[in-house]
Amino acid sequence: METKATVIRDENSETAELRINMGPQHPATHGVFRMVLTLDGERVVTVEPHIGYLHRGSEKLTEGENFQQITTLFDRLDYISNFNNEWVYVRTVERAMEVEIPERAEFIRIILGELNRIASHFLFYGTYGLDIGAMNPVMIGFRERERIQALFEGVSGARMMHNYFRVGGVKEDLPDGFVPAINALLEHLKKGYEDAKNILTESEIFIERTAGIGALDAERTLDYGVTGPVLRAAGVDYDIRKADPYSMYSDLDFSVPLGSHGDCYDRYMVRMLEIEQSIKIIEQCIRRLPDGPIQGKVSRILRPPEGDFFVHGENPRGDLGVYLVSTGGTVRPYRLKIRGPSFSNLMALSSMMEGAYLADSTVILGSLDIVLGEVDR
Amino acid sequence: MFTALFLFFLWRPISLGTTTGLFTALKHAFRRPVTLQYPTEQPVLAPRFMAHPVLTWDFEVDEPYCTGCLICMKICPTDVITVSMKDNEKFASEDSKRRKIVDDFKLDVADCIMCGLCVDYCNFDAIVMSDHFDASVDNRSNLVHDLQTLLDEGKGQQEKGRWSPPATKKSQRRSAAQAKVSKPSSSEEAKESTSEENEIETD
Repeated sequence: METKATVIRDENSETAELRINMGPQHPATHGVFRMVLTLDGERVVTVEPHIGYLHRGSEKLTEGENFQQITTLFDRLDYISNFNNEWVYVRTVERAMEVEIPERAEFIRIILGELNRIASHFLFYGTYGLDIGAMNPVMIGFRERERIQALFEGVSGARMMHNYFRVGGVKEDLPDGFVPAINALLEHLKKGYEDAKNILTESEIFIERTAGIGALDAERTLDYGVTGPVLRAAGVDYDIRKADPYSMYSDLDFSVPLGSHGDCYDRYMVRMLEIEQSIKIIEQCIRRLPDGPIQGKVSRILRPPEGDFFVHGENPRGDLGVYLVSTGGTVRPYRLKIRGPSFSNLMALSSMMEGAYLADSTVILGSLDIVLGEVDR
Repeated sequence: MFTALFLFFLWRPISLGTTTGLFTALKHAFRRPVTLQYPTEQPVLAPRFMAHPVLTWDFEVDEPYCTGCLICMKICPTDVITVSMKDNEKFASEDSKRRKIVDDFKLDVADCIMCGLCVDYCNFDAIVMSDHFDASVDNRSNLVHDLQTLLDEGKGQQEKGRWSPPATKKSQRRSAAQAKVSKPSSSEEAKESTSEENEIETD
């Protein structure tokens, strides 16, 4: 039987734009995030992000909680980097109350915060692999993160919702055998990092998929208020640990990895290099970890003086800022504003995605590494 | 066919990066699985592991440590604890040093966020985080633990040795307070802090 080719294309037909819905239950949106894409063929014309599916009113809830209780709310903001969130909050109250923190507590905080950064970047590594269609990275990323979380469980008693940092120090001293455990962990992490690097970093397929995709130049990143690895991938040297040093970071030797093109591959690379730097920081901290108290002199009831205080810190995702307005003498804040890095980074999404292919939309969204718990708050 | 393949690789050779990734993946294919067969194998929990809090039992006097002072109720971020106190009968007969004792204690595990603040703020070492991570029940009302359940669970925790007797903790605190008092300059501060310690304001 002879088949005839039929002409399905009509020269006179008009093409229409197609609107499609992505999310909120789409696995590549990393949570409950919905975007409405307008497509012209394969190209994305406009992107409308819809957020708020995970809104709990964290900022309003803080107004009804004591200063001690608010730490638990900060655990639940960016649930991949809990220690870093707690850290920024307790530093805000510490600045308001002018508390001195013992050196040992500072080092414990840095060790845990940097480990959390590594865990967060490994999670990014795994899920980003899934976003571009690679199945191996998620196994390695989650394996390494699991090791870190096992250590966290030994220190704070919880895998994710630690509630370990206190105003003036930390809750408990490190458990016995922490230093050998973390030394063994770092050895594992270095091996895991090598594995991770072997699978993606130089893979030709990965580079094809990410290089030159979703590029955002330095000027536009600054316009959008983008921070963290996404900003540094565009070549802007802004890391709060260097630019506005807090804790003991000014004494520690580390460098800030920078990208040059601001595309998805650079964002990936900046995060991978940050893992190396974090390991370097932790090694220095373990060497210098002093003995001594872990809790500064703070009264059990926290009553910050009147005034407004702003403190920010470098989270794995960028600049987390806490703006506290205290009326003085009360045990609750009058207002507590959270400036979340994921939320600000997400605002640059449409600028990155417009003109890109539909297939690249998950690659671009994944490269931002957003956590919806903090976008929606 | 082969010529086509050959020509394809000539045009674009597979990079070294792709092959190293392939070998790394192959290496991991021969590893032992790490899966824990959960109901038959139980996980090893860290000594500090925090599930919902339970109440401890004073075996010397045969009564709970809890005096029902309400501090856990006030510090709880999610308001899952309900406590009431009563006069201690054993205090009248001079068996116990506790003037008041817990009358009723309810803990809603469904809303508990396992933050450990109640344990931190308890002045009598009466509450401790348990290791009951498998707290699932078939009815939501069963998640509300009453005083007897919590005390029974607490006894189990004490038998497991997950909780150090308060004698050590309390004596440490007492010695620290004495050290503070013995310094003439800081004695007033110590007094202030102890008077403040006993209550948490809720406005």
